[in-house]
Amino acid sequence: MSFKIIVLAKQVPDTRNVGKDAMKADGTVNRAALPAIFNPEDLNALELALRIKDKLVDCEVIILTMGPFRAAEIIREAMYRGADRGYLITDRKFAGSDTLATSYTLSLAVKKLEPYNLILSGRQAIDGDTAQVGPQTAEKLNIPQITYAEEIIDVNSTHITVKRRLERGVEVVKSKLPVAVTVHSSAPACRQRVTKLLMKYKHSRTITELQNETKDYTELYSLRPYLQLEEWTVDDLHADVEKLGLSGSPTKVKKIENVVFQSKDSKVLTSSDADIDGLMKELLGSHVIG
Amino acid sequence: MNNIFVYCEITDDRTIADVSLELLSKGRKLAEELQVKLEAIVIGHDLKGIEKQIFPYGVDRVHIADDARLFPYTTLPHATLIIDLFAKEKPEVALFGATSVGRDIAPRIASAMRCGLTADCTSLEIGDHFENKTQTAYKNLLYQIRPAFGGNIIATIINPETRPQMATVREGVMKKEVYDDNYKGTVHKVDLSVLTEDDFVVEIIERHMEQSKVNIKNAQVIIAGGYGVGSRENFKLLYDLAEVLGAQVGASRAAVDAGFVEHERQIGQTGVTVRPKLYIACGISGAVQHRAGMDQSAQIISINTDINAPINHIADYSIIDNIADVLPKMIKYYKANSK
Ligand SMILES: Cc1cc2nc3c(=O)[nH]c(=O)nc-3n(C[C@H](O)[C@H](O)[C@H](O)COP(=O)(O)OP(=O)(O)OC[C@H]3O[C@@H](n4cnc5c(N)ncnc54)[C@H](O)[C@@H]3O)c2cc1C
Ligand SMILES: Cc1cc2nc3c(=O)[nH]c(=O)nc-3n(C[C@H](O)[C@H](O)[C@H](O)COP(=O)(O)OP(=O)(O)OC[C@H]3O[C@@H](n4cnc5c(N)ncnc54)[C@H](O)[C@@H]3O)c2cc1C
Repeated sequence: MSFKIIVLAKQVPDTRNVGKDAMKADGTVNRAALPAIFNPEDLNALELALRIKDKLVDCEVIILTMGPFRAAEIIREAMYRGADRGYLITDRKFAGSDTLATSYTLSLAVKKLEPYNLILSGRQAIDGDTAQVGPQTAEKLNIPQITYAEEIIDVNSTHITVKRRLERGVEVVKSKLPVAVTVHSSAPACRQRVTKLLMKYKHSRTITELQNETKDYTELYSLRPYLQLEEWTVDDLHADVEKLGLSGSPTKVKKIENVVFQSKDSKVLTSSDADIDGLMKELLGSHVIG
Repeated sequence: MNNIFVYCEITDDRTIADVSLELLSKGRKLAEELQVKLEAIVIGHDLKGIEKQIFPYGVDRVHIADDARLFPYTTLPHATLIIDLFAKEKPEVALFGATSVGRDIAPRIASAMRCGLTADCTSLEIGDHFENKTQTAYKNLLYQIRPAFGGNIIATIINPETRPQMATVREGVMKKEVYDDNYKGTVHKVDLSVLTEDDFVVEIIERHMEQSKVNIKNAQVIIAGGYGVGSRENFKLLYDLAEVLGAQVGASRAAVDAGFVEHERQIGQTGVTVRPKLYIACGISGAVQHRAGMDQSAQIISINTDINAPINHIADYSIIDNIADVLPKMIKYYKANSK
């Protein structure tokens, strides 16, 4: 029987290189100014999935991502690196989801893909930064969870053994399958694109993307159905609309502030003997040191 | 009913983790503001007398689950016990450390209770809220304040409708303060009968925990070095100054990534949060992610060749010069003038 791995992956703005134009005047984030990337730890998760696929004879790696239309980019990116197929979960009604609503939505999509053996996700997304979606999706699916995976030591049709990276140490745990595993950045980096796969999948598109293109792909797609990336909306998931998006999100953002300096009155000194001696004298005098 | 709950983590030598004591200290203050009681949860094994470590923080009631299967921590049995307890006790607020354990268990519990959870808070306050859409007024909500977007924004998050209002808080963010050494609370033994075999499907095969050798979190004086220090060898100057001052050496992530110092010394959003009496930043530019872990220091001295480095904006003294010229002089003066 085939071994099915579902990888949850998110397209995120690259918050690691935030420039001046990244914040709008009203203090909200100008997403358009930030490049959209594959969430870094989700690439680690993809690598762990592909390593299992390398080992097992019959194994399928499926990408699930929830986001706007352009998030289809990361499905293609994953397929260039070895994933078999992917689904884009997209609908206006998902907008404003907190982690609870996100996990609910993802869990419904996972259920559509049943039976599965393993769910892999990143530990944390670099925009929301919560690390909550992995454990919450596991809870919604009523399966166990293993967080902060660094290495998959062993996997067979019924069990998995995982090395976890903790703040102050490491742990090796064994669980029965299916289980949801979140992957830490200390796991191996993801392999590069494979040229053959890039050639094979570069014309893959979702329906929405096709509608926006001028070229007619009808013939190409009837010959190569694997180029069709599937889109799932609220209707496909049979979701309870009350549990989605803003209405399904118990957390509300009351206020967002741009991080600004609270400038202090800073005294500027040099390394001259007078400056350093004066400073040290003051520190000793006020008993901050000594 | 409607009290404040803190999940207490325990270490291998059966002491309550610092982060949990910090949360109890904060919980005590919130309890007073809301005029409710403070309750603690401890789950583990060999916990006889553990409540003595907890009551001085002003805890009114401690829930203890003591069983060989409950230590070391695994997610499912701890989560099952807490979900059951919360269903009965209906807490108003529930706080967890933003640690390997807290960030593993809190989302699972929040999902089961269908309540909101705010990650990695750096501040918790009580406040009101008016919802324009529904014209509803809410009193005494927990304002959960946290950085997001890689530390570039600070968001205030509220959970108007769902209870408990859940949050995780990083170690070092709140201040640990004994409330009353003679404070007396009560002990409640947690009902273990809700646990089933299914809670034990994840089994720990091997475990290596390192006691952290460096303790920068509680240091009164910190000499922190950044990428500008230049090399592992140059860090020796910082250790020299730290030794004469009785200080600890900290670092920025760039210094850690460059291999100048070990990761345990990293200060900032993805490292430790510190609040010493004196913070000397050597060759650190002062990125938001770094400042997030040190801007509560009582006094800040920056040593940086670049007068425009952002760290200078939050420094009390900015020494605009080369580290190699400044540190030896500080050491020399201190040796000559301290008793
Ligand atoms: C400023 C700000 C603060 C916020 N604070 C909170 C908060 O405190 N609590 C809260 O509940 N929500 C919060 N949110 C909302 C939260 O960011 C979103 O719910 C988001 O959809 C998921 O959370 P995350 O980005 O933190 O993901 P994480 O939980 O960090 O993601 C972990 C992993 O889950 C998977 N994953 C996450 N999202 C998706 C997706 N859309 N598709 C596929 N896989 C995915 C990925 O593998 C990812 O690596 C906040 C949002 C903002 C903008
Ligand atoms: C999600 C995320 C989390 C992060 N978490 C953290 C974190 O926890 N902690 C952290 O520190 N960073 C963190 N960072 C990284 C952070 O953004 C910065 O890259 C980092 O703090 C820079 O370190 P630095 O100041 O040492 O190096 P630089 O920015 O390179 O600064 C070096 C400074 O040294 C000065 N200098 C050079 N030579 C000398 C000399 N001879 N004498 C005096 N001064 C000199 C320069 O003028 C410069 O200001 C994080 C980043 C992201 C995206």
